[in-house]
Amino acid sequence: MTAIAIVTMRSILSVVMLSGIYSLISATLFIILDAPDVAFTEAAVGAVISTVLFLSAFAITGKHQTLTRKNHWIAIFVVVVTGAGLLYSTTDMPPFGAPDAPVQQHVAPRYLSQAETEIGIPNVVTAVLSSYRGYDTFGEVVVVFTALIAVLLLLGRKKGSSGEGNS
Amino acid sequence: MRRNPILREISHFLLPAIMLFALYVQFHGEYSPGGGFQAGVIFASAIILFAILHGDKKAENVLSLGLAKVLAAIGVLLYGGVGIASMLLGGNFLDYDALAEDPITGQLWGILLIEAGVGITVATVIIAIFYTFSKYKD
Amino acid sequence: MLELISNYYNYWVSIILMMLGLFIVIDHTNLFKKLVGLNIFQTSVFILFISIGAVDGGTAPIIAEGYTLYANPLPQVLILTAIVVSVATTAVGLALVVSISRRYQSVDEKEIEKIELESEQE
Repeated sequence: MTAIAIVTMRSILSVVMLSGIYSLISATLFIILDAPDVAFTEAAVGAVISTVLFLSAFAITGKHQTLTRKNHWIAIFVVVVTGAGLLYSTTDMPPFGAPDAPVQQHVAPRYLSQAETEIGIPNVVTAVLSSYRGYDTFGEVVVVFTALIAVLLLLGRKKGSSGEGNS
Repeated sequence: MRRNPILREISHFLLPAIMLFALYVQFHGEYSPGGGFQAGVIFASAIILFAILHGDKKAENVLSLGLAKVLAAIGVLLYGGVGIASMLLGGNFLDYDALAEDPITGQLWGILLIEAGVGITVATVIIAIFYTFSKYKD
Repeated sequence: MLELISNYYNYWVSIILMMLGLFIVIDHTNLFKKLVGLNIFQTSVFILFISIGAVDGGTAPIIAEGYTLYANPLPQVLILTAIVVSVATTAVGLALVVSISRRYQSVDEKEIEKIELESEQE
């Protein structure tokens, strides 16, 4: 799997490209799981924007790559123990795709049945996102804006004379 | 990559199509998968493609960094403004039923405006971040 | 045993990806690779949530003629927000990495520690 390849690779350029492929594969997974909105966003965001930003940042910093020797066993131990605990706990979860799982009760059937009459648009995901849970979307827009401010604060200072554009 | 003539010619055809697709996704978010976020990202990727192929200076002529920053703030304010407007018209914050005579039209107006706000903010934020990265000098 | 796997394999896939991402974040010293590992971790959580919302025999949650069983829209809304937030986090993380590299001339964690220790001893 792509993730295993990312773990073992040395060159950062290939790692970034592989992460783009990883995003595309998970977008396909989302389509299989009946989530086209999410697949759309994940493909556009993960495969395009993340890759472009990584490549720009990488172009700025250059290839300072040194592999320092260190002890890998602590990390492997932590990961194996956490993974085993999580895998053990999955037997308590509802089976994959069951229609009577707890997540399908309560609010979701109400949204699905009432969206057409209360809001009038067929895409339930947009209806929930912008109307039923519009406040959360407001918070998210503010988060995106704050990220812009953070990047501008970190990297926005002008130094010296103007030069050429990106690589 | 900037000097590659084949890519530049192809981009003359592709870029308007990509932007048009972004607009389509934005306004059809109610009937098919899509909406503000996806549309914003697609539009931003069109501008980024232009900036990669034709250079930063030309991209700045189209949409400069200052304008992108202002537009991002306008997107957020549009969203908040819809919320405040619905409060002023009698409902709760971001309650679209109060925006027009009957609730369905109010919902449609509300959703249209806030999705536009979201799309503008997302697109301009991504473009502005890309500009900041590419103009950075050590 | 086969029933066990077919009931829960979506959780297992997600957990394995999560652990791989966690391993990259903890173990590798290169800051870029850590960010990619974080990205893998986030995407694995998205897969977990979307698979929880999927229903056997359902379809995408867009109301149309002829379909009665829909997948659950709530996790999808949550993940949509989370994806955009994750790109925002990645962008800020990359900006941090770039400014770190300007200060220390390296993106390797161990080297930066060494430089910090040496500058403290002066």
